[in-house]
Amino acid sequence: MMLSSLPPFALFFIGAVAVGFTKGLPRKVLVLAIPLLGGLNLWFNVDPGLHLQFQFLGEYTVTPFRADKLSLLFGYLFHLAAFLGFLYALHLGDGDVDGAVAEEDQTGGDTAGLQHVSAMLYAGSALGAVFAGDFITLFVFWELLALTSVFLIWARNSERSYATGFRYLIIHVVSGVLLLSGALMLANRTGSIEFGHIAGELGSDGSGGLIAAGPGGWILLIAFGIKAGFPLAHNWITESYPESTPTGAVFLSAFTTKVAVYALARGFGGADALIYIGTAMTFFPIFYAVLENDLRRVLGYSMINQIGFMVAGIGIGTALAVNGAVAHAFADVIFKGLLFMAMGAVMTMTGRTKGTDLGGLYKTMPFTATLCIVGAMAISAFPFFSAFVTKSMIMVAAIEEHHYIVWLFMLFASAGVLEHAGIKIPFFSFFAHDSGIRAKEPPKNMLIAMSIGAVLCVLIGMFPRQLYALLPMEMDYHPYDTTHVLVQLQLLCFGALGFITLMKSGVYPDEKRAVHIDAEILYRKLAPWLVRTVGGAVARIDAYVRASVLELVGSVLQVAAKAHGPVGPLARSWPTGSMVLWVAILLVAYLLFYL
Amino acid sequence: MSHHLPVLLVVIPLVAAPFAALVNRPRVSWAIALGSAWWAFLAAFALLRQVMADGPIHYALGDWAAPYGIEYVVDPANAWVLLIVGMIAAVVTPYALLSIEREVPDARIPLFYAAFILCMTGLLGIAITGDVFNVFVFLEISSLSAYALIALGRDRRALTASYQYLIMGSVGATFIVIGIGLLYVMTGTLNMADLAQILPELEPNRTIPVAFTFLTVGITLKLALFPLHLWLPNAYTYAPSVVTAFIASTATKVAVYLLLRFFFTIFGASFSFGEMQLDKVLMPLALVAILTMSIVAIYQDNVKRLLAYSSVAQIGYMVLGISLASALGLTAGILHLFNHALMKGALFMAMGCVMYRVGSVRIERMNGLARAMPWTMAAFVAGGLSIIGVPLTVGFISKWYLIQAALEQGLWPVAVVVLVGSLLAVVYVWKVVEVAYFRDLDADADIQEAPLSMLIATWALVLANFWFGIDASATTGVARRAAEVLLGVGS
Repeated sequence: MMLSSLPPFALFFIGAVAVGFTKGLPRKVLVLAIPLLGGLNLWFNVDPGLHLQFQFLGEYTVTPFRADKLSLLFGYLFHLAAFLGFLYALHLGDGDVDGAVAEEDQTGGDTAGLQHVSAMLYAGSALGAVFAGDFITLFVFWELLALTSVFLIWARNSERSYATGFRYLIIHVVSGVLLLSGALMLANRTGSIEFGHIAGELGSDGSGGLIAAGPGGWILLIAFGIKAGFPLAHNWITESYPESTPTGAVFLSAFTTKVAVYALARGFGGADALIYIGTAMTFFPIFYAVLENDLRRVLGYSMINQIGFMVAGIGIGTALAVNGAVAHAFADVIFKGLLFMAMGAVMTMTGRTKGTDLGGLYKTMPFTATLCIVGAMAISAFPFFSAFVTKSMIMVAAIEEHHYIVWLFMLFASAGVLEHAGIKIPFFSFFAHDSGIRAKEPPKNMLIAMSIGAVLCVLIGMFPRQLYALLPMEMDYHPYDTTHVLVQLQLLCFGALGFITLMKSGVYPDEKRAVHIDAEILYRKLAPWLVRTVGGAVARIDAYVRASVLELVGSVLQVAAKAHGPVGPLARSWPTGSMVLWVAILLVAYLLFYL
Repeated sequence: MSHHLPVLLVVIPLVAAPFAALVNRPRVSWAIALGSAWWAFLAAFALLRQVMADGPIHYALGDWAAPYGIEYVVDPANAWVLLIVGMIAAVVTPYALLSIEREVPDARIPLFYAAFILCMTGLLGIAITGDVFNVFVFLEISSLSAYALIALGRDRRALTASYQYLIMGSVGATFIVIGIGLLYVMTGTLNMADLAQILPELEPNRTIPVAFTFLTVGITLKLALFPLHLWLPNAYTYAPSVVTAFIASTATKVAVYLLLRFFFTIFGASFSFGEMQLDKVLMPLALVAILTMSIVAIYQDNVKRLLAYSSVAQIGYMVLGISLASALGLTAGILHLFNHALMKGALFMAMGCVMYRVGSVRIERMNGLARAMPWTMAAFVAGGLSIIGVPLTVGFISKWYLIQAALEQGLWPVAVVVLVGSLLAVVYVWKVVEVAYFRDLDADADIQEAPLSMLIATWALVLANFWFGIDASATTGVARRAAEVLLGVGS
């Protein structure tokens, strides 16, 4: 069929134009139909293979549409995420202003059209990136991802979101430039721009060959790493997601970082460095997450933490681990999307996202509360919920490959997830102290989108076979064995126990207390010390690094301004005599040089 | 007729120029300029096709045989430059009609078009001739008319800018003629092919390196290579918009062509880059130009001036490609001649539209301008994307080849500088975008979109930016052939 050779992004890009020119009901039908049709087409019509290829500059082969099991899985996922996202955002344009209620810094304005169009282009770019068979195409979509998604931040229409969006754009454009540079270096060495495996040994526990990939490989790793939120490059996630619109955050959480995970899975499977980077990512955000008050920012930290599991899985590089990483990405888009939707719903109805401003909403928003709890249980990896069947693959792979310390860190991080995402998010928004807010349930489309997400979380958890069948590598894995279920239940029960104990003993878990719950399970008295010193130290080092980098940038800029500014020697208008003097100087210099 | 095409290409505009001044009716003068420009464009295109198909064309003026008479030689390298000059002139002239009526007093318009045609003629002549003294003659024709064109700018500073350009241009031309004179003394010939044959056979002596030096300084001054670019920013800033668009896209390109012709064809690559180590001089200057001039551009408040500094940086890219002295580097440099003409032409023309409606191109006057002049500002953004080097634009093709050429020789730092230059370009393009798209339009401003004729011409160049960015096979094919000719491989 014709459609099978049409790259998936094309439908979205054409659709975006159509969405831009419609309003009201036709637009609503369009935004739902495009991901639905695209997804069905991908599912039924597209087989693995190279579907579109042409020559570029005579010597390179550009492949805008390459499908294999890995890219197809992400393709299905992105269509699903786009569908849920648009369903969630469907009420926009009914005169509501996205997230404008009660926020002082908002100037209002109906931004629905802008958001729909940019979200459509954004989803299309993500699809373009995962089906890109070469670095040029990947680069184009890599940059488009940033350019299209930034409008989801700017649509908040506030000074702060503008500044944040701009920083977000710069970081991602830099990542794109690095990607291109790395690709050029690699192309120069190998003579090919095909996007294949770059470094690391797949399916073995041997040392990954990152060194062997040369500087090109390193630069690519950094480029991917920036988008994936590697430590020190993670700030764009926690900064921009809370600043985006309620519906924008749902899209943002689904695509950009998952494209990076895909790129890492394809390029760097089995690269040892990723194990440690990933592990660091799983636990350092926890310290920030427990201190953070803005619940959507907490989700941002939780995002980094979840990506950490995926990155570590990719680094371990066995079939089980890579499958686990990819499956976890799949599950994460759904449950993280669900949590962002729930927080978005709260924000839409109350205008607030701060833990201290919310509470007691379960009385008037019971459905949202329930759905949020499902998402929280999924992310905490309760048995019969999605993360249980995906994250466990990574953890088991870590044990199998004898990475015991890594495994311990991941276990600690899992407890952290339960605390900051599993308990903190629903507890502070829907229970805790009664804030007195009596907000209604969000619009129906939001509830339906959240319900679908919640059902998927449970379905994946209960019937993991279907998801496993889609995974890129052959493996034999059963999530529901006694040990795993018991370990996980222990972890969760003691976590809950700690929480309840604190509640009953009247030690009300305010922001800082809440930290201690999960830590107590694993470390008992180590926890307060850990949080204070490690958390503090991490924060201090982070602040120091950032301050010194800023200072350096500042002084460089100052020097540059001195020489290059409007009155600097490099920029001012020179008298004619001095110009001629330069000519004479150059002539003499050349003559001396030559004679 | 087609046999005489090389000489007609130059003679027809040369003869048309006095008529443009004599009829003394603005619109008629314009029509004459339009005819000349399109003639040059079509003739150059025909020549390029002929050269690509059948090899170099030799045309002896007045049937005087080569070494004694003046000879016109067309090969892929200069046919390419002829096409650039013709194309830009053909696009700029329709645009000029309204823009010039706004920016130049009526009485001077016929003179303006006469000077414009002469300037184009001079540039075509420099490119087509195979005789070094003839180069000097045409250089003076184009330069003198360019001084006059710049002096016609509305701003009174145009006069000083033109005066400075006059002094500097004359110094450059003098250096070139001194170099040519020294060559003549040593070889007794002015014919390029003849020079190329005799020079390697000469005993080692000091005169040739001195001639080489004078030519180097003279030509790098004409093409505004850092630090001899000082005449350029003011000249571009204060000249009428049309003049800036035309000269920025053609004059420096022709000077780059002279550099190629002298150092590759006449002196030979092995002499220029082997014995004289020209690359050791050109490359550092090119790199400094790319970095410092891009940074200077960021600090400018006058957008034409910003683009002028960006041009100096872009010239750095061309010279950088040439200084690599490899087939790939040369291809990149020659490709960028064409590509930069497209992008800078589009950008300066967009600014001409702004000048037409707003009366200023200072950045503080552009608040929210994208709302009032959406097509103009979209053209600016598109040109800006090209200058940054975004894929699907010609800028990407240039940079791709340039980086490949640098990496081919293991020059990582050079590749890094090229990329940093792109990032700096993001900043200075963004500076305009931010003001035009993210600020509110001044409430009392009553600004309309630019006239259709100006928009169409601007967008023709913008679309060319994308056309040749998507299908670069034609441009890279010619550039590669030109590089081969200059390096003396192939035909």
